Amino acid sequence: MFTYTLPILVIPALMFIFLGLMDNKFKPMTSGILGTIGLGIVAILSYIAAYDYFFSVGLIDGIYQKIIAFNFEWLKITEHLHIDLGILLDPISVMMLVVISTVSLMVHIYSFGYMNGERGFQRYYALLSLFTFSMLGLVVATNIFQMYIFWELVGVSSYSLIGFYYTKKSAIAASKKAFIVTRFADFFFLVGILLVSFYSETFDFISLTNPENNELIMKTAGLSFLGISVLSWGMMLIFMGGVGKSAMLPFHIWLPDAMEGPTPVSALIHAATMVVAGVFLVARLFPVYYLGTPEVLTIIAYIGAITSLFAAIVACTQTDIKRVLAFSTISQIAYMITSLGVSGLAGHEGLGYMASMFHLFTHAFFKALLFLGAGAVIHAVHSNEMSAMGGLNKYLKITNITFLIACLAIAGIPPFSGFFSKDEILVAAFHSDKILFACLYFCAGLTAFYMFRLYFNIFWNDNNKEYEHTPHEAPFVMTFPLIFLATLTCVCGFIPFSHYVSADAMPFETHINWAIASASIGVALIGIGIATKMYFKKSEIPDKVADTVKGLYTSAYHKFYFDEIWVFVTKRIIFEGISRPIAWFDRHVVDGFMNGLSWTTNFVSQKTKNLQSGLVQDYVTIFIGGALVIVLIMILI
Amino acid sequence: MDFLSLFVIIPVLMLLGFIPCRNIKQVRAVAVIGATIELGLAIALLFMFLNERNLGNTADMLFMADYLWYPALNIHYAVGVDGISVVMILLSAIIVFTGVFASWNIQPLTRDFFIWLTLLAIGVYGFFISIDMFTMVLFYETALIPMYLLIGLWGTGKKEYSAMKLTLMLMGGSAFLILGVLGIHFSAETADGSLSFNILEIAKANIPMEWQRVFFPLTFVGFGVLGAMFPFHTWSPDGHASAPTAVSMLHAGVLMKLGGYGCYRIAICLLPEAASEMAWIFLLLTGISVVYGAFGAIKQTDLKYINAYSSVSHCGLVLFALLMLNKTAMTGAIMQMLSHGLMTALFFALIGMIYGRTHTRDIRDLNGLMRIMPFLSVCYVIAGLASLGLPGLSGFVAEMTIFVGSFSHPDMFHRVLTIIACSSIVITAVYILRVVGKILYGVCTNEEHLKLTDAVWYEKIAVIGLIVCVTIIGMFPHWVSDIISGSINW
Repeated sequence: MFTYTLPILVIPALMFIFLGLMDNKFKPMTSGILGTIGLGIVAILSYIAAYDYFFSVGLIDGIYQKIIAFNFEWLKITEHLHIDLGILLDPISVMMLVVISTVSLMVHIYSFGYMNGERGFQRYYALLSLFTFSMLGLVVATNIFQMYIFWELVGVSSYSLIGFYYTKKSAIAASKKAFIVTRFADFFFLVGILLVSFYSETFDFISLTNPENNELIMKTAGLSFLGISVLSWGMMLIFMGGVGKSAMLPFHIWLPDAMEGPTPVSALIHAATMVVAGVFLVARLFPVYYLGTPEVLTIIAYIGAITSLFAAIVACTQTDIKRVLAFSTISQIAYMITSLGVSGLAGHEGLGYMASMFHLFTHAFFKALLFLGAGAVIHAVHSNEMSAMGGLNKYLKITNITFLIACLAIAGIPPFSGFFSKDEILVAAFHSDKILFACLYFCAGLTAFYMFRLYFNIFWNDNNKEYEHTPHEAPFVMTFPLIFLATLTCVCGFIPFSHYVSADAMPFETHINWAIASASIGVALIGIGIATKMYFKKSEIPDKVADTVKGLYTSAYHKFYFDEIWVFVTKRIIFEGISRPIAWFDRHVVDGFMNGLSWTTNFVSQKTKNLQSGLVQDYVTIFIGGALVIVLIMILI
Repeated sequence: MDFLSLFVIIPVLMLLGFIPCRNIKQVRAVAVIGATIELGLAIALLFMFLNERNLGNTADMLFMADYLWYPALNIHYAVGVDGISVVMILLSAIIVFTGVFASWNIQPLTRDFFIWLTLLAIGVYGFFISIDMFTMVLFYETALIPMYLLIGLWGTGKKEYSAMKLTLMLMGGSAFLILGVLGIHFSAETADGSLSFNILEIAKANIPMEWQRVFFPLTFVGFGVLGAMFPFHTWSPDGHASAPTAVSMLHAGVLMKLGGYGCYRIAICLLPEAASEMAWIFLLLTGISVVYGAFGAIKQTDLKYINAYSSVSHCGLVLFALLMLNKTAMTGAIMQMLSHGLMTALFFALIGMIYGRTHTRDIRDLNGLMRIMPFLSVCYVIAGLASLGLPGLSGFVAEMTIFVGSFSHPDMFHRVLTIIACSSIVITAVYILRVVGKILYGVCTNEEHLKLTDAVWYEKIAVIGLIVCVTIIGMFPHWVSDIISGSINW
């Protein structure tokens, strides 16, 4: 039935190999067009698959089935454990297919304008194909090891794309940082997989997440290590992988730096798709978390809430527009994570799960839109800094409107999509844990504030700013994706998402809880109001406010010194404290011992070689001396 | 004439072929023809082996032949291969083949260089096809001796020191080894009461436990020195750094595998009881190797030193997995030998090519090579990614098989060690990306380097050949894994 989903993976893979090998044999445009056509086909196939799945074959007996469209054994490891590669279709993976292929297609089109004339245009499109392939492979994974494989592959494509401008020092450092930090998290992920698969004797998602008679939970029942159950260890370690990829505390440090990559890449990888892999991972394993390790789920919720608050505060102080967006991404992803953490499994209990996926869906579009809009702004003024912008509404009409739509969506103003998903998250949090709710609620206000701070600073504030080159609106290849994504942002909130995605795969009804909704609209409006007051026109208020909360402002501006802590750990502890001593120890102690051996041998032979002097007198002396000693010994004994 | 002996006979014919050579072109011709034939034979052997297995031939060793060589001591020239040897022979053939292209312009005394290189190849092939311990050791020593001359004459830097150090340490190892091998020979009680060197017969025989406890450390350390086991690994950085390109490739790619192969075939398979009793000591040592080597690599500044320490780490993982004494981990170990052989040869080939152009291997003096030599740089990145275990390249499948296999050990000690060994995937990423970021990216500031050119055709053959192999194994690991695990009766 779904065999036509195979090309969804195969086309981008072949495209990468083809474009990669052909690199500079093609004209830049040829590469771009080939890549885009390939992705267009992928997108169309994804839409067909989504239509088929949700409207014709997916729903059987009121439950969305998990359908294995394709599966083969890639590597047999032990009797029970084998790594398969395949395609698993269920509501969340089909939804992700749609999200990834849509955003990726938009980014492909947009890049024609944004990357026009850049050196390495062909390489860029090849890498985009690689990324799309890896990300699609990740979401359709039939087993956790396939997920890990593609997890690493997205890591590498992200590395190569962040470091796309490889002659720039900061880009090299950022790409290295992104890869190593996420690799460090992946190490925990890997250990978690090893631990879980050791007990479950399978990597397969369907049997791992079976909600009834779950073998994994039964087999690990009663086992504990250091006072914590083995399953909790395993699931916590696996979640650590997600913490790395989704840039939660304390592994968030790579994401702001990752903005060194080209802006369309940030839109695709570091806003819409790869960074939500952690959310997807938890969602994929949700039954195990909920049934087996509810305490881990609580930890997840709190990590999410703290990260969300942290990132929102930091976002209020940043001046690089892409970094503001990066922190807002961290904050929004943390929203999704928290929402999963407070979710239950069945029916309305599972509202958090559905809300999380809904927010993932809407966020992908409006955040990609924000990044692409930021790209258009950067394209126009050739700078990332807010201070270089202002009053751009006169020049960038389309960008202005689409950016405003996205800002309203992320702030949670109806009827834009963000309102609907955010409202569900707040409702879910409200019914589960009031502290988490308070935290998220406050964040909602902050989000509205910093987004409009950004918006006003770019498009309004400093209305009479002089520009060296008059900024001009981006070409149509760049504005078309903006308009398209803005349209999606306007309409996709009205999708009855709970009919399609739910924790137990059974459709259910949701209604907007107007009490909470009006409260959240209220806080968003307050946020927007404050931002308008402070940033709509040039004013002294921001500086005054910054002065009154100086300590907080400075630490937030420095991102609460997390980077400094990490630099200390890597530079001082790992490099200077471990690596250098080991290198020294190896050269001087281990090798010194070997050299010492040879030196001793040399020394002894130097000293004793004189015994073979060739002089008869010496030999006679030694002979007689020796004989005397022997005689003495014999007499004495 | 049996098929396997061809692997030794062809290099001997090559040696004869070198004698009348009068110029560098003839030497290259002989070397290329010989290496190509060997590669063809190795591929043919692979298919013959698969064919036999498909026909249902389940004997331990296939294509056996046995000639009595020295009756007084019951020494035979006996050959035979199982899946592991087939894979190792294939690896050797690939590395020798690419090594010939990588040393295309070796000067001076080109002919002598290739003569010694071929002699080394004889030792390697002979070792992998032998099933008689005595001839195994004989070939083992044959492979070690040419190394001294190859490094001492054609090397760079402190070559005399390195050559001497390498030879002495490896010879020291083989002193233990010979003791162990003779011990096994004399203490094995075969069915008919005669003393034998044949490993198949010894495997069936019963060696008293008290003797096993003596011989296991002797043979394991003996081979372990060549497998760069901590603390006997220090020959490796100096040796590799001084050796010419092809020799580094062969040494890291194939010769170090002799160590792992010997540990498996003699120390572990012939002395299984002692192995399971004493494994923990060596697990600690090899576990240290894995992490220690990786940390050691972070702070190095010479490209070859980085790679040598990385080899210590990766080869440590081979011995580590062998000592886990279960089928999965052992399969992973052999795959890791194959994978490490290919990717480290690739690394050394690339380093040699970069060095040949820039005349420096110090990463502080190199930058921005991506713009200057894009082909070599991209290949270097691929080699790096293979080394840090990117899925789709060979390192990943080998490491994952090892980790899954080792972790399935029921004992807590082994699992904790496995987790520690796993952490090497992070450290590897650190030193690989550091080098890539430092030497390939950025802007080249050295005027001299801007004039350099990219790879030429013979270099491309070597590099592309190795990359293709690394990718094939990484993409389609099933067949390699099946061949290997089918031959491990644990």
